[in-house]
Amino acid sequence: MPTRIRLVDGRYGLAEDPFTTVTDDWAIPQGDVIISLTRFQAEGDRLLSEGRKVGVRLEADEEVEALAYDLPRIAVVALNFPKFGDGRAYTNARLVRERYGFRGEVRAVGDVLREQAGFMVRCGFDAFEPADGSSPAIWEAAARRFRHVYQRAVDGRTPAFVERGE
Amino acid sequence: MYRYDAIDREFLADRTAEFRGQVARRLAGELTEDQFKPLRLRNGLYLQLHAYMLRIAIPYGSLNPTQLRKLAWIGRTYDKGYGHFTTRTNLQFHWIKLADAPDIMDHLASVDMHAIQTSGNCVRNVTADPYAGATAEEIDDPRVWAEAMRQWSSVHPEFSWLPRKFKIAVTAAPKDRTAAKTHDIGLVLKRARDGALGFEVMVGGGLGRMPYIAPTIREFLPANRLFSYLEAILRVYNRHGRRDNIHKARIKVLVAALGREEFARQVEAEWEKIGNGPDLPDTELARIRGAFAPKRFETLPVRSEAFDAAKAANPAFARFVRNNLKPHKVPGYGIVEISLKAIGQTPGDASSEQMEVVADLGERFGQDDIRVTHEQNLVLPHVKLDDVPAVWAALDAAGLATPNMNLVSDIIACPGLDYCALANARAIPVAQHIAEKFRDQDRAERVGELKIKISGCINACGHHHVGHIGILGVDKKGEEFYQLTLGGSGAEDAAVGTILGPALPYDRVADAVDTLVDVYLRERRDGERFLDTFRRTGVAPFKEAVYADAH
Repeated sequence: MPTRIRLVDGRYGLAEDPFTTVTDDWAIPQGDVIISLTRFQAEGDRLLSEGRKVGVRLEADEEVEALAYDLPRIAVVALNFPKFGDGRAYTNARLVRERYGFRGEVRAVGDVLREQAGFMVRCGFDAFEPADGSSPAIWEAAARRFRHVYQRAVDGRTPAFVERGE
Repeated sequence: MYRYDAIDREFLADRTAEFRGQVARRLAGELTEDQFKPLRLRNGLYLQLHAYMLRIAIPYGSLNPTQLRKLAWIGRTYDKGYGHFTTRTNLQFHWIKLADAPDIMDHLASVDMHAIQTSGNCVRNVTADPYAGATAEEIDDPRVWAEAMRQWSSVHPEFSWLPRKFKIAVTAAPKDRTAAKTHDIGLVLKRARDGALGFEVMVGGGLGRMPYIAPTIREFLPANRLFSYLEAILRVYNRHGRRDNIHKARIKVLVAALGREEFARQVEAEWEKIGNGPDLPDTELARIRGAFAPKRFETLPVRSEAFDAAKAANPAFARFVRNNLKPHKVPGYGIVEISLKAIGQTPGDASSEQMEVVADLGERFGQDDIRVTHEQNLVLPHVKLDDVPAVWAALDAAGLATPNMNLVSDIIACPGLDYCALANARAIPVAQHIAEKFRDQDRAERVGELKIKISGCINACGHHHVGHIGILGVDKKGEEFYQLTLGGSGAEDAAVGTILGPALPYDRVADAVDTLVDVYLRERRDGERFLDTFRRTGVAPFKEAVYADAH
């Protein structure tokens, strides 16, 4: 099982992953699963009716708008980074939180390195599968690198322009 | 000028600490070069032909004397005693050792400077009119908005991993000194009929392999909605810009593929959903605006006796005034342009000693304000006419008084094959040869405004597409050849140049420029610049003259 770091109430820790990520060419096992958007659109209703938790994995070129009406039923939105430098998932994460008010887990998967930690946390990710072996302590240090931020984002941090007025 | 507060300083300190850690990991072998590359690029550090190059940000081209002296000191201590001002109004040092880079960053931070986001697929240094705060043409101070964008774009949570680099320019004057229409976003401040302040928003300009002049997607954006609108543009681009081909990844390709109307429609639709959440509160805009409050100017007569006397007595000074002194909004003051294009020198280079001379002059005569232009020159924006003779004398003694602003020898050139790993051909020596041809200043003045821009490869860092005469270095079976284009402009009359004909060998380029100028002098009508004549006559007479020998 890959390392999975969870951010809960401001604390970073390792957490067991109750979900099995299933690719499209595998049969769906028992229990909670994360499946592709295509598969969710075909089989999501049935899986959910069986009483299990379902997560959906979006590729970088898939947009969260496709899930707009399903989000209340979904437990996890997993956003894939095909490459470290591909920034599309930041927009998906931000929209799923800000525009659709999703309260479940938003997980970063794929080419996930500590250098992205700060951006990810600010855009609303709260679960991470680092590909560089980062421990929760390393991840947290990277995510908290900057004492100040210049923009409002999902994490609710006070931006510089508000700090200045306080 | 904007001064960093404790928040800006702590932000910068955190960044330099992060970079020091990354360099240590690299030097210890914990990071491979492949892993390190995107991290060092975020901090302006490139690996070039001979050494590391460090590109230091000069936000909207604005420097104080302390900062310029620090740059001079870094050049002397860690480089070869000079630096290179770029078309992004940044400063590059070309001979940096990796192990020194963290210390250099700390020295920069000590004067509120950095190299953040001077490379990488993120929002780069925002450029603005170098005459901001000094010209009577402007309807607002563009630096207010440039500084606000500097902060907004710094380590932006959503838009730091774009398909490609992203460049923004802002100006508030009808005469465009920022090349706004060649930017990913060009912003021109305007006033509506009711006096409200806003921006004309142009998106999708760019040079490189595929030159585009940016179309306007919104004629008037209320100024206080700038940041939500920028977020809408960046979001559409972040999602839909191409990531499969680095050469098609700039926003200009997306805008061209969708068409201006469809791109604008998508931005407007996204903007409506965003609302005004990302817009900066008026209090913060007012705070930033306060930092650019007008200087204290003295009440002076329009004419200065000392200035007029020096002009009458000294033809060299008079020539400098004709070409390098521009009108200031306040009577009795002038804007002094400092040419970094001395004949035979590398365009944009300044030695540490020269930087110190300019810093001293800025302190003594220039209200502590120094600017860098995208045409690779420096500006003292606020000099009393009474002081211009003394400023000129000091510049002249330092080799900085070349009276060639906007003339044929005021050439933009990229570093080319002398420094750059991407180049196909040399650019700097071509610029030097052309400048030598026009060493006769009377002739150069007779020719008048003529913008020559030279790139050593198709990436177009020398902006050749928008040169009145553009020169592009190409490789033909291992030999340097040069493709000439005519009629381009990066200003308010922006256009991409037309190819003259077959590429010329290295040793024929300067002669060809000479011939083009002769054709212009023969064909021109009253008051026409080279560009105007070319646009009237078309390419034929120029082409005929240059290729006459070949027939």
